[in-house]
This record gives sequence, C-alpha cells and structure tokens, in this order.
Amino acid sequence: MSDELLIDIQNLSIFFPTAGGEKAAVSGLNLQLRRGESVAFVGESGSGKTVTARSLLGLQDGKARITADRFVIGGEDMLGASQRRWRKIRGSQIGYVLQDALVSLDPLRQVGRQLRDALTASRKTDPKLLSEQVITSLKSVGFPDAQNRLSAYPHQLSGGLRQRVLIATALAGNPGLLIADEPTTALDMTVQKQILDLLQQRRDKGESLLLISHDLSVVGQLADRILVMHQGKVVEEGRGEKLLSAPDHPYTQQLLAAVPSPATRGFKLSGKRGEPLPARNISVSNPVLETRHLSKAYAGKTVVSHVSLQLFAGETLGIVGESGSGKTTLARMILGLTEPVSGTIEIQGQRWSQVPEAQRRLQRRGIQLIAQDPLSSFDPRYNVEKIIGESLDSVGIFGGERRNRVRQLLDEVQLGDSFLHRYPRELSGGQRQRVAIARAFAPNPALLVADEPVSALDVSIQAQVLDLLAKMQAEHRTALLFISHDLGVVHHLADRVMVMKDGSVVEHGNVDDVFYHPAHPWTKKLIDALPVVSSNQHNKDYPLRHHP
Amino acid sequence: MSQILLSGRITRRFSAGVLLAASFIFLVLLAVVFPALLTHYDPLNADPVNAQLAPSASHWLGTDQLGRDVLARIIYGSRYSLLISLAAMVVAVSIGTLLGLLAGLFKGPLDELISRAVDVVSAFPDLLLALMLIAFTGPGTTNLIFALGVASVPRFTRVVRAQTFLVMSSGYVEQARTLGLKRHVLVWRHVLPHAIAHVPALATLGLGTAIIGTAGLSFLGMGPQPPTAEWGLMLAEGRNYLRNAWWIGVWPGVAITLTVISVNTLGRYWQATFEGKRP
Amino acid sequence: MSAETAFISPRRPQARPSWRGRIIRRILTGVLVLWAAVTLSFISVYLAPGDIVSLLMGEQVHTPAIEAAIRAEWGLEQPLYLQYLHYLWRVLHGDFGRSYMLNTDVSSLVLSQLWPTLKLTGLALVVSLVFAVLMAVTTAHRRWGQRIAGSIELVLASTPSFWLGFVLLFIFSFTLRWFPVAGDRSFSSLVLPAFSLGLAQGAVVSQVLRRGLEDALDEPFVLTLRAWGLGNTVIRLRHALRHAALPAVTLTGWLIGGLVSGAVITEQVFGRPGLGKITVDAVLGKDLPVVLAVAIFSALVYVVLSTLVDILYLFIDPRLRDAPAAGEENA
Repeated sequence: MSDELLIDIQNLSIFFPTAGGEKAAVSGLNLQLRRGESVAFVGESGSGKTVTARSLLGLQDGKARITADRFVIGGEDMLGASQRRWRKIRGSQIGYVLQDALVSLDPLRQVGRQLRDALTASRKTDPKLLSEQVITSLKSVGFPDAQNRLSAYPHQLSGGLRQRVLIATALAGNPGLLIADEPTTALDMTVQKQILDLLQQRRDKGESLLLISHDLSVVGQLADRILVMHQGKVVEEGRGEKLLSAPDHPYTQQLLAAVPSPATRGFKLSGKRGEPLPARNISVSNPVLETRHLSKAYAGKTVVSHVSLQLFAGETLGIVGESGSGKTTLARMILGLTEPVSGTIEIQGQRWSQVPEAQRRLQRRGIQLIAQDPLSSFDPRYNVEKIIGESLDSVGIFGGERRNRVRQLLDEVQLGDSFLHRYPRELSGGQRQRVAIARAFAPNPALLVADEPVSALDVSIQAQVLDLLAKMQAEHRTALLFISHDLGVVHHLADRVMVMKDGSVVEHGNVDDVFYHPAHPWTKKLIDALPVVSSNQHNKDYPLRHHP
Repeated sequence: MSQILLSGRITRRFSAGVLLAASFIFLVLLAVVFPALLTHYDPLNADPVNAQLAPSASHWLGTDQLGRDVLARIIYGSRYSLLISLAAMVVAVSIGTLLGLLAGLFKGPLDELISRAVDVVSAFPDLLLALMLIAFTGPGTTNLIFALGVASVPRFTRVVRAQTFLVMSSGYVEQARTLGLKRHVLVWRHVLPHAIAHVPALATLGLGTAIIGTAGLSFLGMGPQPPTAEWGLMLAEGRNYLRNAWWIGVWPGVAITLTVISVNTLGRYWQATFEGKRP
Repeated sequence: MSAETAFISPRRPQARPSWRGRIIRRILTGVLVLWAAVTLSFISVYLAPGDIVSLLMGEQVHTPAIEAAIRAEWGLEQPLYLQYLHYLWRVLHGDFGRSYMLNTDVSSLVLSQLWPTLKLTGLALVVSLVFAVLMAVTTAHRRWGQRIAGSIELVLASTPSFWLGFVLLFIFSFTLRWFPVAGDRSFSSLVLPAFSLGLAQGAVVSQVLRRGLEDALDEPFVLTLRAWGLGNTVIRLRHALRHAALPAVTLTGWLIGGLVSGAVITEQVFGRPGLGKITVDAVLGKDLPVVLAVAIFSALVYVVLSTLVDILYLFIDPRLRDAPAAGEENA
C-alpha cells in the first residue's frame, strides 16, 4: 500500500430535486482511498452508496447537485468538472463494474467486440495489438477458452462468464482503482464465490478496490476498511474484523443482528435483541403434504426427477438449490399450477396431482403461495382491501364480515387501517410482502409455499418479514415449504432441509445435520461457497460460515 | 400507425395543450350538432356573383367557386368527417377487440385462424383496401364507414391479443388460480379489464387516422357527392383554384389538421395517464 | 462452474424452434397470406352483388361480343373450382386478364404505370427515413429538442399528406415558382410530392425511433459504455441507434403500405401519372379487373417487404436466434 491518494474527498453532499424541494441523497461523506487499499461501502437501498460510487466517475444523474470541501480524484480536483475531463479518468484511471452483466453489457453486440470497444476507448492499447490484448484480458479474468468464445453474445454465456467479461472491460484501460457495484448480486452462490475469488486475486496483487454491497459477508471477505452508510450518511467506519465482530453504532449492530444464520436460530431478527420466536407445535402424524417420485420434464429435458418428501403441520421444510435446480418447478407442481409427468402429490391425505381442476378447486384454499416479487402477484387495479379480501372468496366470507376480517389480518401483519385503500404501487417492498402474507393466511391454509419470499428485500426489512412469517406460521400451525438460495435464511428458519441439484434431491435431513455435516459433494460445495468473514467465528452476533 | 404515434413520456396534468385540444374538440362537436349556432350562412346557397372572394370581414374565410361561404361549409362539413370516422371506429373497435380477445383467450387453432385473417387484411394498405371495397359497393357514406372500419380492425385485434397474452401469463392471474377462482370469474375480473386497457386511447388516436382517411377517400370522390359540404370534397374542388383562390382548398385542410391534432393530443394524454397508472 | 443445463421456462414449455426453421416458417406464412389475398379477390367477384358479367364489364354498354369475351376469359361455363384454379394459374403467370372498359391487357397497363409510382414512393421513403433519423438522433433525451421535435411531429403526423401537398404546391410552385406544378417531366417534379408524402409518414417513424433511442439510452449498458470513457455522440450513433432501430424496423411494412396508399392520392394532387390515376378511375368506373390487379400487386409488395423485414429483425437481434443462456431459471 503506497501513500498515493487515489481518492480524497471531504464533506461530500449530493442533492436531488424532488417534488418537495431538494433532498440530500448523500451528506457529509469523507473518503480517502490509497493505492493498494480495499475499501467497501455497505448499506441498504436508499443509503446513498451507489450514488456516491457513480459520482466518483461523474456518472451521477444529470439533475444531481454536488458540493464538497474537497473532491480530488486521481490527483485532480474534479468538482464541477466537464464531461470531457471525466472521460479522461473513466476507464483509464478508474474502472466501474455494474451488477448483472446481462443488462450491463450490450445485448446486441458480441463480447469480443465489446472488449475491443473498451480497449479502444481507453486509448492505452496499440491498435495493432488489439486482438491479442482482447485474449489476454479475458485470460486474466479467468475466462476459459477465450479464443473460441469471442463471437458469443452476452445472453449465450452463463452468468459467471458474463460477469467476467464485464470485469475485463472495466479493467481494459488498466485503471488503478476498480469500483465494483454489487458485482455478485445476480449470481448463484457458487458462481459468486468465483467472482469474489477473482476480486480477491486482484487485491492480493496490491490493486485498489472499492466495493459497494448490501451483503455484509461479501464485504467482510474482501475489504480492509468498511464504511457503513445509512440514509446518506456514513454512520460507522472501521477495519473489517473489528466492525463485524464488535460494531459501535446502533445501526451497524442492528444490521448485523438482522442477518439470519444458525446463531439466530429460534430468535427474532428484528426488534428487541434476543427475543425468542414463538414456539411451534409440529405434528408427527398425517403429513399435510406428501409427494412420491415426482418428476417433470419439458421438451425432453428432465427438470424435476423423482422427488419424494413429507411435510407436517407446523413444520418448516427448506428447499435450497441454485438456478436450474428445479426448485421452482417443484413448487409449481405442488401448487397445482403445472402437472407432473409421473409421481403423485397428496395434500391432507387427498390426491392432488392429475385430478381434474373442478374437483381440486375446493382444496385450493388450503394451499397458498407467497412469491418473490409480490408486486407482480397483485392486480394493479386492486387496492389492499380488495387484494386480501379476494382470498376470502373461497371461504365464503363477504360483506361486513369480510371487511372486519381484512382489518384483522392487516393488524396481524402490523399494517394499520390506513393501508386498506392504498394501491400496491404505492407500497414499499416490505409492505407489499406483508400484504402478500396477509392474503396468504386469510383462508387459514394448511400448507404455505414461499418461493424466495425475502430475496429481493433489504436485510433489515427481510428480518422483519421473516419474523412475521414465523409468528404467523406458529399461530396458524401451517406447514411451510420455504424455497431459497440463501443458506443462512434456511438454517435460521427451517426444521428440515432438502438440497436440490439438476432436478434431484442430493441430500436431505435435519437442518443442523445437513449444514454442519454435509455428506454430498454438492452440499459441501454450496457451503464452501459462503463468504468467510474472518477467522474469529465464535461470537454469537456474527454472520457465520457453517462450520462449528 | 397512430397508436405508436404519441406516447408522451411526461404525464402532464391538464397542460395548456390538452386544454386547447379539448376546447377545439368541443367547438367541432358544436359544429356537428348545432352548426346554425356558429354561422348564419347557408353552405349550399350558391351565389355566383360573389364567387372566389378573398377572406374579408363579411366572409372570414372567403367564398368558393360558387360563391358559398367557406367557413360555413367547413362548419357544416364537420359532421361528415366526424360521424363517418366515429362510426368507422366503432366498427373497428368492436370487431377488433372481440377477435383479439378470442384469439388471446382460446389460443390454439382459433388464434391461428384469426391471426392469419388479420394478416391478410393488413396486407392491403388501408386506403387501397378501402378503395377495393368501394369498388364493389360503390361510393357513399355507409360504404365508406364499412371500408374504413374493416381496414382498421387489424390494429385493434393485434393489440388486444398481445395484451391478453401478457395478462394471461402474469403473476396476478397465476395467483388468482391459486385462490381457486373459476376460470370465467378469473377472466372477467382480472383478464378482461387489462386486456382492453389500451383500447380507448388507441381508438382516440385511430379516430385521427380515420378523419384523414375519410378526407382522403372523399378527396378521390368516394364519399359524399357534390354539392355536399364535406372537407375532403372541398379539398378536391379547391385543387383547381389553388393558384388564384387558395383559400378554397387551404382552409378545409386547416380544419382537418387542427381537428386531428386535437384528437391526437387527447389520445396521447389519455395514453400517458394510463401508462402512469401501471406499476 | 455451474452445470450447463438448458434454459427452463416454467411457463412456456416449448423448445425454441431453430433459426432456420423460423425463417422458413415466416416465408410460408407470407405465401399463405398472399394466396389468401388472391383467393379473396376471386371470391369477392362472385360475392359482389350483381351479375358477374356486368361486374366485369363495368359501366359501359353491353355488347354480345364483349360478353362472350368475358365468358371465355373467366371460363364462366366451367364448374367453380375449375374457374378458381384457372384464375390462380393466370395470376401466377402475371396474367390479370383484360380490362373491358379500357380495352387493354391489365398487366401491361399496370406495369406501364408502375415506374412513376415507384419513383415517387422510393424518394418519399428516403425522405421519411432521413427525416426520422435526423430528428431522433439530434433530439433524443434533450429537453428542448424533445419538445420542439414533438410538436413538429405532432403537426406533421396530423396533416393529411395531400393537403400538405397543397400547401407546398402553393408556396413553392405557384408563389416561388421553384418547382413545376404538375407532370413527371423531370426530377424536380418529384421533389414536392415526395416531400409531402414522406414528411407525414416520416413523423410517425421519427416518434418511434426517438422513443426507442431514449429507451436505449436509459439502459444499464449505456452506463457501462460511459464508464469506459466513450463520448455522447459516439454512444448515440454507434451503439444506441442499433437498439432503437429494432422497434422502428417493425414499422417498415406499415410505412411502405402507407406510402403506396398515399402515393395514390398524391398523384392526384400533383397531376402525376402512375398507378394512382388508373386505380381511382377503375374504382369510380367499377373496372374490377384493374382494381383487383392493383390490390393483389400491393399485397405482394407488402408481403414480400414485411417478410424480409421480419427476417432482417432476426438478424439484428441475436437474442431471438437462440435459446437463452445456460444455467438460468426464474429464481
């Protein structure tokens, strides 16, 4: 680490015009980044971390107003700089990697061409050596078989390969600093590990990195210094291990406490610390859901293969897997939205699969769904009252009685009466999910299928929703099928877990057994992919990797 | 294709443009229903002595080749343009929406049939299709309505069909299935309102196209016959006097343009508001 | 590396057809539409009110000679299906029969009048496209540019092209005398009609193109381009325009159709020879063979063009060509 200051900012504030006057997205931010350092901004949505990162390259929204006591980037004062001056910095001194290469790369252009564009733009490469340089770039980010893949389009590559290409383009101009904004958010865990390893290599070589993320464990692995942002301000700054083991600021403490893990098992993630979740009464006779050798294939490809499971009242079964594992298709079969090719499903002892819809219809009130994106599951023309009320159709509650019941449900999910007449687009992500939960529990279902219900939520909101879900499940004694790619959430919430890969169940059993003593290589691989925060793992408030 | 025409990105609440457009439309409607309120001249009263008079205080827009007041003819002529176009739109919307819904709801062979039929109709450019139909049925108002209406069906069918597909595969329709709603209830409550959501704005924009189409066909002699005062017809008559009495041919075109601008502005406003409502 | 499993869409289970298969399918659809158009013309002659012979003869005096000629040409003595096949055969060979009103062979009539109309439509197309591209590229995402361009486009698109022709005629021919008033003697006689036709249609394409450009400029990949240090103009022209062209390309079929229709009227306004005159005369005189020939011909043009455009679309957007990438699934 040299003494050269790549970024020297003092008292940075960024203002946006809104209907009610100017609003500060960022205020009073200080940042000093030296060559060779690895710094991270961590925070939830609205914390201002992305706005800050963009301003370091002059890429903020045109309407934003920036003020600062000092705004020196790459040794030059860039406050109020013209686009022309910024272009000299972009790519050649600072590289920027966005999330989700599927949309961050031009979908209509071949990846080889795009890399050439990036190299040409940086003006640091001899035009005659461009083709060679493209291959070298790709190799340096671990892109296999580069020569033959140059003519591929982004959508033809897997998520991990795409992200590598994107990183290669950001590094094309050999910048001293790489800013990575949520570089692994759209990726599977195992792929995320590869990308993080790549960034780690860069760090080991002494290259500077500025990482933006909402994920504490990712940040913990890669950063020397972490700045925690909340509503535009930096609330805490410190070295990785210290910050994550013994944070000072209440917000950071709350953030860490909200991360689900085996350590938080049985306890609430939000509100008062250490409050236990309500106890659940799990029955052992007569499973609510039973599948036998369930299989599904599309156009010759097997999507789900011989899945057998049992789920009892009050129990939570977690299903983990990456994309392509078949978990969503399994859920859809259980919900009766698609028919299995072979195998059977029984719900509360009655045959469910391959039964005519007219017969099944009455049973449907006993099985409800909570989807990942609640907004798309709401009819945009319906307000909250109508949305929740509609699910009472099947239990035959109408009129005044319905209104009361809806009010009651809203109360259970901790939303006030004022929400009755609001529309989904007016609600926040967490509020929408609460409405979805109210709707799901309205007909008092025996089985609830939750497909990635919290994946799109901020950590603190996720904590509240998980607590709510646990409470409702305990009260209604519902069997919960919880699908997730997040091992921590599953370990926190579920009793038993099933690991899926390529349509088959590779391992299943008690949650502690599977995660602490994985038998199948794939399970081991999943657990290995979890980011390591530090060597000190015995503190109860840590987000842990799952080894005792 | 006017439905693509004017989706404004900014949703303005009653901007000056929209107010102006609405007022002009009101004026036109007044001309259609109570023309006598707006002018005391008789549009059919030939007065050769006063032929081809330039615009003046007594004849605001001048007189035509037979001495008739141009403004009066425009006012009285509004009813043909507007009513023919309106009727054509009603035809197009009803048939088009129905076909689109059927195609989208039932899919399969019915969809194929409807889509191919629509493809065939749209293979003929609007005007030529109308001309072809008129060749068989002869010129006249009803035939014009029928011809324009049929020519406009494809665009409504396509939009409604696409919307229906979109909605049928949406998250909320799927959720409604898990609630155990019967299919027809589901379609009535959740699919139909969304499937036809674009139709009113489209119909308004299509009205603009229809007005121009009516004028065009009348210009060619396919619509109402002389001495009727009709905008397209007036343009045809005015063509011959362009050099010396430009006002005969120019003012009817101004009327058409202003009406279509107003209709399009309202249509765009409607469309933008609608797009604002979507999540 | 995650396993290379094929894309699974829980909602649309069919495997995507191959690229070549889609092109063939598209061509077949085009042929089908064309066949349907021809058949429709045939049926319409029989369905139209009145006796077929009178219909085909149009508005002129009946003579036994003409009647006999019609019967022979259309094979009216034969059973219906034979007449139909005979008709198909003739059409495939470009023989559209005779116009009894004009006493001439229809196909040669149409061909002779084709060139002036083609010239006009061609130049109008160029005007449309140049106007659209200029407007869109210079004003996309620029506040004042948007407003001004939007207003211009609104007015142009609301103006009947033939009336626009009037205005241009008045200003540039009668008053300024820059261009000739009528006829087809020189290139300058093509300018005004092409502009009046092209600007009105071009305004609509311009709207679509500009909107497409603005949508493209809002996409995340543009941020990546800017992060590499690329400048605004380069991004607009070399990268975003390609994206914007996609929705605009789908308009091409409609555009050509509109230009052809518009040409019919524009020719009347400017006193130009071409398909317009003979079509209008044929419609008013109920000269069915000519009307049918023009209709089928325009359908042919449209089908060929829109098929080409759809195939072109497949080339421009590589995403439509294959199944999406390995290892993706909805959550």
